[in-house]
Amino acid sequence: MSDLSNLLPILWGGFCTTLAIFGLTLLFSIPLGLLVAVLKMSKWRVVRYPVSFYISVMRGTPLLLQIVAIYFGSYYLSEYSGIGFSFDRFPAVIVAFSINYAAYFAEIFRGGIQSIPKGQYEAAYMLGLNRRQTFFRIILPQVVKRVVPASANEVITLVKDTSLAQVIAVTELFALAKKQQAAYASIYPLFVAGVFYYVANLLLSAFFAYLERKLDYYK
Amino acid sequence: MPILKVEHVKKSFGSLDVLKDISFELNAGEVLSIIGPSGSGKSTLLRCITQLETVDGGTVQVDGKDLVVPGCSPVKYSPAKVLREIRLSTGLVFQNFNLFPHLTVLQNLCLSPVRVLGITREQARETGRQLLKRMGLEGKEKSYPCELSGGQQQRVAIARALAMNPKVLFFDEPTSALDPELTGEVLKIIKQLAEEKMTMVIVTHEMAFARDVADKVIFMDGGVIVEQGTPDYVFNQSGNERLASFLSRFANA
Repeated sequence: MSDLSNLLPILWGGFCTTLAIFGLTLLFSIPLGLLVAVLKMSKWRVVRYPVSFYISVMRGTPLLLQIVAIYFGSYYLSEYSGIGFSFDRFPAVIVAFSINYAAYFAEIFRGGIQSIPKGQYEAAYMLGLNRRQTFFRIILPQVVKRVVPASANEVITLVKDTSLAQVIAVTELFALAKKQQAAYASIYPLFVAGVFYYVANLLLSAFFAYLERKLDYYK
Repeated sequence: MPILKVEHVKKSFGSLDVLKDISFELNAGEVLSIIGPSGSGKSTLLRCITQLETVDGGTVQVDGKDLVVPGCSPVKYSPAKVLREIRLSTGLVFQNFNLFPHLTVLQNLCLSPVRVLGITREQARETGRQLLKRMGLEGKEKSYPCELSGGQQQRVAIARALAMNPKVLFFDEPTSALDPELTGEVLKIIKQLAEEKMTMVIVTHEMAFARDVADKVIFMDGGVIVEQGTPDYVFNQSGNERLASFLSRFANA
């Protein structure tokens, strides 16, 4: 039991880093995803094609590789060519996670936006609402309801994906648990870390279930 | 001066000519019924006048304002400001209502008057309540569209269009999506509006209604106006064969 009382504060520290990655990624990737979704539906090919390419790269390569690419790529680029700047470890993780999750969110949002019947746009148009009002007052509120279940999946995956940050030595929950595993010569710390992830996701699942109920006031 | 003037309007989708040469006029306070078989171009005509589709030729004038610049070929639409003014003077009631499902009945009615016309929220609510009362929907202010029957939803849609105080109100088959027992309540409201001298253009398959409510009837087939005139003329006196065969199908039904 004394093991656990030593272990918990250490893992808690890592869990806070995990939560920071999680929160910041959501903060940036959701608005970015919405923007990307809108751009992907652009009528101009010069906008649509690069956005499609970006999405296909983000979804078609490992997030692990993207983290490494952002961190080391930015370092070498700024070091040897003077272009841009090198990221510290933590910001590199946030950037990599944000642009990766934005791609997934974008596809979810695009599906949601395109599922809204044409009649909603026509009714808004006939009532004199401009495009901005139509999007933010008519379309988006209905999209939110439709994308909650799919987004819940992504958010829950994100909690677990944060463990990938250890690839560039960010000391999040799983990295610390692994260190303790070595120190204790036991896999026991890893299981405790697992409990952290599981409880976090239990809470998130409960939140999303609540949200779905809240949004169930109309069909 | 007519409040709605349509001259030589043409519209095609690809190689399909949906409207071939449509001309008619409507005076303020009059009701026009447009009848005709499916695919005859009735709905497309409404959608062209209400700017949901663009015309390929001809002119449309609403309340003295030109939708397209006269005498331009190919068609050149008027400046956005004019188009907006025209749009705000026309209301449209859709076949499938198109209410905003995430808003309450009263919010559906108030959104545009507040956001577009700049009316105060209190005033919009008051007008909204009065409109709902006229539609026989008292007490439904806080309901969501999904909680209402089809007939009630369509009456909310009519109220929503009226809340913008349009000069001409268009109906695109307003009862086609309704169960037969619910069509009556919607038709009754439209009749009531006709008595109040609301200018209306109604595309409908309800022949008895088209005859009773209208000052003027247009029969369309194959993208042209085959007959137009008073209800008595179109329904009883015209000897047109296509019209007769169309009407006989309804008589037998």
